[in-house]
Amino acid sequence: MKNEIIVISGIVLDESMRFTLVELCEFAKTSPEQVIEMVEEGVLEPEGSSVYTWRFDTYALKRLQIALRLQQDLDINLPGSALILDLLEEMERLRR
Amino acid sequence: MEYKDYYKIMGLSRDASPEEIKRAYRKLARKYHPDVSKEPDAETKFKELGEAYEVLKDPKKRAAYDQVGRGWQEGQSFTPPPDWGFDFGAEQGFTGTGGGFSDFFEALFGRGFGAGRGGVYGRQAHMQGSDQHARIQIDLEDAYRGADSLISLNVPQTDSQGHLVSSVRTLNVKIPKGIKAGQRIRLAGQGMPGVGGGRSGDLYLEIEFKPHRYFRAEGRDIHLELPVTPWEAALGATVPVPTLGGTVELKVPAGSQAGKQLRLKSRGLPGTPAGDQYVTLKIVTPSARTDEAKALYEQMAKVMPMNPRAAMGV
Repeated sequence: MKNEIIVISGIVLDESMRFTLVELCEFAKTSPEQVIEMVEEGVLEPEGSSVYTWRFDTYALKRLQIALRLQQDLDINLPGSALILDLLEEMERLRR
Repeated sequence: MEYKDYYKIMGLSRDASPEEIKRAYRKLARKYHPDVSKEPDAETKFKELGEAYEVLKDPKKRAAYDQVGRGWQEGQSFTPPPDWGFDFGAEQGFTGTGGGFSDFFEALFGRGFGAGRGGVYGRQAHMQGSDQHARIQIDLEDAYRGADSLISLNVPQTDSQGHLVSSVRTLNVKIPKGIKAGQRIRLAGQGMPGVGGGRSGDLYLEIEFKPHRYFRAEGRDIHLELPVTPWEAALGATVPVPTLGGTVELKVPAGSQAGKQLRLKSRGLPGTPAGDQYVTLKIVTPSARTDEAKALYEQMAKVMPMNPRAAMGV
């Protein structure tokens, strides 16, 4: 396999970034329904009081992406993936 | 291409029941899931497992695989029989793995469904490629200054023999000034290619710092342990300190003890606000090699007697 060299620059997902519901779905390649379910479950905690004013940070994007992968790959339901996310973060914290 | 022994990959015998196959998949998928696993080659193992399960869980594909695969060994050079044809029928895409399948799989069952994750997108003919995630290690200096960094990624790919291997893909990525460990860079369209005109997925790079000889980053703050002499600590002194931006002078106040922390404002990683550098003093004593040096220590003991363990009650 030949190595390819591409010069690229991306965007940094830093803590000042905020996504609307639509943008978050676009980034995570998922549906608004799924995101709404996760907010109801407490997996994601957006700023703002209604679906229309919700703003998500990059931490939410990361949690959403991991939760989706766990659900698709391991057939884990929403509460299960929420629990795993919390435990993964706890592990990460303890390692530091 | 090389023959792939799906039974061996899943740790199963050839007469495994559908329940055993499902159980083995679940168990190994938990073990090798890239979000959870700490195994170094988890991503590759997980993809291999997904491919094996894709075949063995489906009675039609499994029967076809068993028929064609009789007598082959893992890794042997393999050519499908000339009259080979597998009928997909109304097959609705594959489930659950993160990336493309091997040439071996595609020679047997056709290509076109392997590039995306299952679920919502698995059912569409135009399928967007899946996102890829990687951790990259960069130098603290590059985070401080910003840099164009050549990054080698191990990407699970199929080689010319159809083996799933970790292949090296080199990207020249712009590291923005002031990036912190744990932050991610999103490179749109640099993930897995799409299928049927579908867009490529995105590539997410999570930043880690390479261990530095003496700096340690915490967010944007930089920590450093600075060796000082007993007389610098006791009498006070202005001493040079390395920072990411170069050497600066630090005033050590008289009467400083080991462990004392001094702050160099805004000398950490840039940003709004910029991080600080925290300097922790470490007192290093000269060894008493000569008679003169020994006499000096003895004199210190006489002139400045102290019990540093008084607080311990000994």
